Amino acid sequence: MDIAEKRKLTASSQKKSGKLRGIARKDLFWGYLMIAPLMLGLLIFYIWPVFQTFYFSFTSWGPFGNYQWTGLVNYQHLLSDPTLGQALRNTFIFTVLSVAGSMVVSLFVATLLNRKIRGLVVYRTIYFLPTVTMPAAIAIVWQWLYNGDYGLINYFLSLFSLHGPRWLTDPNIALYSITLIAIWGSIGNNMILFLAGLQSIPSVYYEAASLDGAGPAHKFFRVTLPLLSPTIFFVTVTSLISAFQVFDLIYLLFGTSDVVINSTQTVVYLFYKSAFVDNDKGYAAGIAMFLFVIILIVTIIQLQLQKRWVHYA
Amino acid sequence: MKKLLFLCSFIVLLPLALSACGADASSSQNQPITLRYAIWNQLQVPAMKQMAAAFEKTHPNITINVELTPFAQYFTKLQTAATGGSAPDVFWMNGPNFVTYASNGILMPFDDQITSKNVNLSDYPSSLVSLYTYNGKHYALPKDFDTIGLWYNKALFDAAGVKYPDATWDWNTLTQTAKKLTNPAKGVWGIAAPMVDQEGFYNTIPQNGGYVLSPDKKASGFADPASVEGLQFWTNLIQDKSSPTLAQMTDTPALSLFESGKVAMMYGGSWDALEFQQNDYTKNKVDVAVMPKGKTRATVIHGQGIAVYANTKYPTQAMEFADYLGSQAAADILGQTGTVIPAYNGTQTAWIKAYPQFHLQYFLDELAYAVPYPTSKNTPAWQDVQNKVLTQVWQGQLTPAAGGKEIATQMNQILSKEQ
Repeated sequence: MDIAEKRKLTASSQKKSGKLRGIARKDLFWGYLMIAPLMLGLLIFYIWPVFQTFYFSFTSWGPFGNYQWTGLVNYQHLLSDPTLGQALRNTFIFTVLSVAGSMVVSLFVATLLNRKIRGLVVYRTIYFLPTVTMPAAIAIVWQWLYNGDYGLINYFLSLFSLHGPRWLTDPNIALYSITLIAIWGSIGNNMILFLAGLQSIPSVYYEAASLDGAGPAHKFFRVTLPLLSPTIFFVTVTSLISAFQVFDLIYLLFGTSDVVINSTQTVVYLFYKSAFVDNDKGYAAGIAMFLFVIILIVTIIQLQLQKRWVHYA
Repeated sequence: MKKLLFLCSFIVLLPLALSACGADASSSQNQPITLRYAIWNQLQVPAMKQMAAAFEKTHPNITINVELTPFAQYFTKLQTAATGGSAPDVFWMNGPNFVTYASNGILMPFDDQITSKNVNLSDYPSSLVSLYTYNGKHYALPKDFDTIGLWYNKALFDAAGVKYPDATWDWNTLTQTAKKLTNPAKGVWGIAAPMVDQEGFYNTIPQNGGYVLSPDKKASGFADPASVEGLQFWTNLIQDKSSPTLAQMTDTPALSLFESGKVAMMYGGSWDALEFQQNDYTKNKVDVAVMPKGKTRATVIHGQGIAVYANTKYPTQAMEFADYLGSQAAADILGQTGTVIPAYNGTQTAWIKAYPQFHLQYFLDELAYAVPYPTSKNTPAWQDVQNKVLTQVWQGQLTPAAGGKEIATQMNQILSKEQ
């Protein structure tokens, strides 16, 4: 276009944005003011410590705080530490099993509770209760259930003449015992998300499928799952991120005993142990950075793969 | 834009300005202040609160906050607090952690109090005083001491028709009796053999003529054959099936098993008297005897100390409170409430009288052959190795000899770094 047209365009857009800028400036000011406390909190307590942790991963600490720059010593230790390798293995096994198990069970439960049945609210509440229960309470109850000699699960099994294993003190089984607790605990949370996703699927598709003669299984795999895939994707990403960081179950159930700790300690538990029990805060910062990179890579892979299987409406 | 900037900076700076107003060092004697007193034993809370109340009566401007943290988290929390500059004003200290804290300037020395005669070191057993001395200065006041005894379940002994333990017992008698008392049909074991140092192998090692740490603190004694036999004492009991396995005692702690009548004997400390008195099952069914003789008699002795935070905001008042906690008046409260054996010389009889049904005099008799709890500059480091390796030994994955050698190798490395 020629200069005159360009000028007219810029003039009119300036006038428009000028008027917009007048109102927008005031809105903008109040907007920033309202989110300032949250932003400040985020910056001070979340963002800044990430940079601090990165810095501290290159330092070594004494018992009461004095630290000095030691370069890549912590990372060299990281790569040659067999306990970290074992902890990483434990974390991977726990993550894969608990996320897969949780997704299957909560999707199943959500599908069942998506219909109008009697007592629906009661059922949903029951499944959601673990999410609002304190981790310490969960640990105490499950410790009692899982007790090898006097626990309720083994007592129940003994009624069928089955000898229950030592759920929490057998190194081969302990990790799977807590995976079960984790799946149980996350059903409620994921069920809510899946319910929301299920209810956003227009019933038109189901009617069309019925007209074409599709049975319930067919409907589930051909209509529900594809249209639910954005929710499944979201739940998978967030569940994986939080499963990689599991700490409270290990700390509460195994914190005081060494009997199974090698086969159950996770990366974050190792971080806690290095930082606050061994007082090697530089190494702990290195472990934190290491886990950050791993979770980042896993999430990026997932984001790339989503193009293949997630159908956005 | 300028208005926004001004408003934002005002919001940020206002709380900073207000907080600066509050933090001024006040040393006026009569200004109301609060002292934080950190402890780790829930059973001792009533006695501590009694002492705090007595102190507050004579010092009306001071309020004492007794803060309880379970032992498993106590030192983790204390170390983090000290790193951040906000440790409690007065707190309990124990032998393994003492040197770390003293050598890093976290504790305030008591020597001024000694010179001004507020504290007299000859009022306490000398082994405890030296436990809390570092570089010639005294950084904690002994509060109590404990020895280990053989607690036993009278009801189970009566049911099996076995005589109670007495001073004639040696290791063989104990092993044989434990076998006799084990009844798999009823789910009862003769003795509990947990993997625990103070109530366990720190006693049997010297009883067999071995040692954990050389007197000059430069060498580990775990590879010594006599020490290895001290460890074998416990693994043999598990192999004999007279004791539950380590996995079983991890699921259900030895103390719970003893208090449910599932084990007939357990080595326990003098501090267990209060616990067993308060437990309905054990109140009238248990008693204690001296530990059986090995090649010789020995018990490990340890005691908690009262320490003052070096950077406390109220040094004078905190020291006054600490002096009170180490005084005879406080020791009398400890003894009369039957909480623990007070360290102050001459106050122990009150503790014995607190539980007439237990033969607590034996704990004091054992003082004659007490061996100090082994500590060095970095005790937690080698105790961590000790516990990790011995867990494998207790589970039968390593022989006691191989385990002892492994501990000694790593422990000597750690000790050499301390020099």
